[in-house]
Amino acid sequence: MSSPEKWTHPGPDATPATAAKPTAEQVMAGLRATDEGGVDLVQLLTPEGERVQHPDFDIDITAEELRGLYRDMVLVRRVDREANALQRKGQLGIWVPLLGQEAAQIGAGRAMRPEDMAFPSYREHGIAWTRGVKPTELLGIFRGTDNGTWDPVATRFHPYTIVIGNQVLNAAGYAMGQKFDGKVGDADGEATICFFGDGATSQGDVHEGFVWAAVYDAPLVFFCQNNQWAISEPTERQSRLPLYQRARGYGFPGIRVDGNDVLATLAVTRWALEECRQGNGPILIEAFTYRMDAHTTSDDPSRYRLSDELELWKLKDPIERVKVHLVKQQWADQAFFDSVEADAEQIAIELRDYCVNLPDPPAGRIFSEVYAEANPVLDAQRDEFLAYHAGFAGGEH
Amino acid sequence: MAAPTMDRPTSAAPAPVQTLTIAKALNNGLRASMEANRKVLVMGEDVGKLGGVFRITDGLQKDFGEQRVLDTPLSESGIIGTAVGLAIRGYRPVCEIQFDGFIFPGFDQIVSQVAKLHYRTQGRLKLPMVIRVPFGGGIGAVEHHSESPESYFAHTAGLRVVTCSNPADAYWMIQQAIDCDDPVLFFEPKRRYYEKGEVDTTAAPGPLFRSRTLRTGRDVTVVTYGPMVRTSLDAAAAAEEEGRSLEVIDLRTLSPLDLAPVYESVRRTGRLVVVTEAPGESSISSEIAAKVQQECFYSLQAPVLRVTGFDTPYPPSKLEEEFLPDLDRVLHAVDRSLAW
Repeated sequence: MSSPEKWTHPGPDATPATAAKPTAEQVMAGLRATDEGGVDLVQLLTPEGERVQHPDFDIDITAEELRGLYRDMVLVRRVDREANALQRKGQLGIWVPLLGQEAAQIGAGRAMRPEDMAFPSYREHGIAWTRGVKPTELLGIFRGTDNGTWDPVATRFHPYTIVIGNQVLNAAGYAMGQKFDGKVGDADGEATICFFGDGATSQGDVHEGFVWAAVYDAPLVFFCQNNQWAISEPTERQSRLPLYQRARGYGFPGIRVDGNDVLATLAVTRWALEECRQGNGPILIEAFTYRMDAHTTSDDPSRYRLSDELELWKLKDPIERVKVHLVKQQWADQAFFDSVEADAEQIAIELRDYCVNLPDPPAGRIFSEVYAEANPVLDAQRDEFLAYHAGFAGGEH
Repeated sequence: MAAPTMDRPTSAAPAPVQTLTIAKALNNGLRASMEANRKVLVMGEDVGKLGGVFRITDGLQKDFGEQRVLDTPLSESGIIGTAVGLAIRGYRPVCEIQFDGFIFPGFDQIVSQVAKLHYRTQGRLKLPMVIRVPFGGGIGAVEHHSESPESYFAHTAGLRVVTCSNPADAYWMIQQAIDCDDPVLFFEPKRRYYEKGEVDTTAAPGPLFRSRTLRTGRDVTVVTYGPMVRTSLDAAAAAEEEGRSLEVIDLRTLSPLDLAPVYESVRRTGRLVVVTEAPGESSISSEIAAKVQQECFYSLQAPVLRVTGFDTPYPPSKLEEEFLPDLDRVLHAVDRSLAW
């Protein structure tokens, strides 16, 4: 299939840093080099909505399937915008926008089978959607009522991991377990996929995850969403060379896919998961995309990047290109687009209602489920606090 | 006189009571857990073919295979981080950290994931894993090989921390730790690895998270754990010759602390000396002093005294005999307590 061997290390007289640095013209224009994915970018649907061929990857997609992907992306964007607005209204303490990364997440998420396991970072609201996690189940994390309420065993969607890169090692271990369980080696096999960003690639845990998955031949897809920015730091602060090329040093394939192209992301991730199921893992996918909003609602991108850059990326919007293609192919009519909009509005209403009515947890929740087995010391502390707490009028204060 | 019997044991089964070193008792305990539950994995650096640098896992890979005894990449965060994933998958990993001072690359995974996943998911995910750590000094080693980092972990909610001081506990406590559904830090007193004792393999001496009074006495209570248990028992024997009766309690569990036997003892003796190798500042010994003054305030005849490692980095090994609490420093504290 794909060839991880295309890339060769620059000779001793080359300056590898140039690979990631902007040109003089781009610097003068206030832009970075990173809006172009380069010659190795796998793309099947152009920003203009044209289907293009790729020598290594292709996908047969029906009108119904493409409408489904479109609907997924519109709905998760609506969830994202609604949650962002809820933060602005003071209903959430913080929100982590996924705006711009819908194709990367819906493409990767829809490539998974139910028995596959996913380890997210904390921006994976689109992956959550594809795993059957309700958008409302994400809200408590950001409202401060819980740390996520979905069942990670039933959904095969691990809890959000906030410490950058930790989940990559956890995923490597899980994938090792799939292999030890004899679930790898044929088309019925299982695989694991873990999600992290461009900033995480500088973390030791991510490097160690690459090493462990490689030496144990673990069925693990490393899915890096390179959204160009780690809060205020551009990708060239993390790496001299394009991130997908790192895989070669660890001995497995690395592929850069247009993360704003849901078809290419779906095709590449499907292939990678299948390779892992067959025992040919691990594989690194770099989804080349763009964080169109702030890092979180507490962030102010105007302090570190020009809005011109955002304008350039708006032309590569992941949803618009699918809409254009659906219309051009006459695979969807206005009634379809209207129904998707109506569904999106309904989800937004439900999200809003759920959020504003989400009760604060009882005080005893502080102590709940710290341990699986009894802990008399902690139980005594809890009882003392609850007795103190109950001493206030009505048991609340 | 009865005629000598000609009966011989017909079974090759090991005798129920054996004399073992702590090292061999741990090895036997690990083997028993691996035989009882095929989900138990042993993983760490050099634990397979070599049997570990202290040989605690000797022979296990030969008998259980490379998929249950993993010689891992040289990466402590990797050992802990992948064990988390394996535990979620249904395994019960037993991680070996080669030396106390090497646990810190894995500290992030321990504090951020191992300790918190059960709480984060409100019990949906359990982390039944054991992290074995040979700890403490006294072996003439270079830097990072003689530390006592247990207080960091006892300070972290979600972890359990235990330490053994004798072969019987080593044999049983490692199996009980593996059976525990919470993550357990298991500290092994490396300079005592080759001390021998009797191990009854037919019955556990008691539950895991309990302290034990090893010697009863009237005058001063001495509370300790791990490598300092032997030192404290020696001190009690020496004190007896001078007519002083020390009660020695082995904590065994550092988180949660089981201080009920300590309170009961201090209410009788009125005096407490806490002995640890770990530096005293913001430590388990501080915690014990605080709790005892709270629970036994009117019983105390003297302030709680502590005999600990100093609040310095572990020194070059030519100085470790000065750094480590010994029999004389324990008895000196006992004298001060009695003279109060």
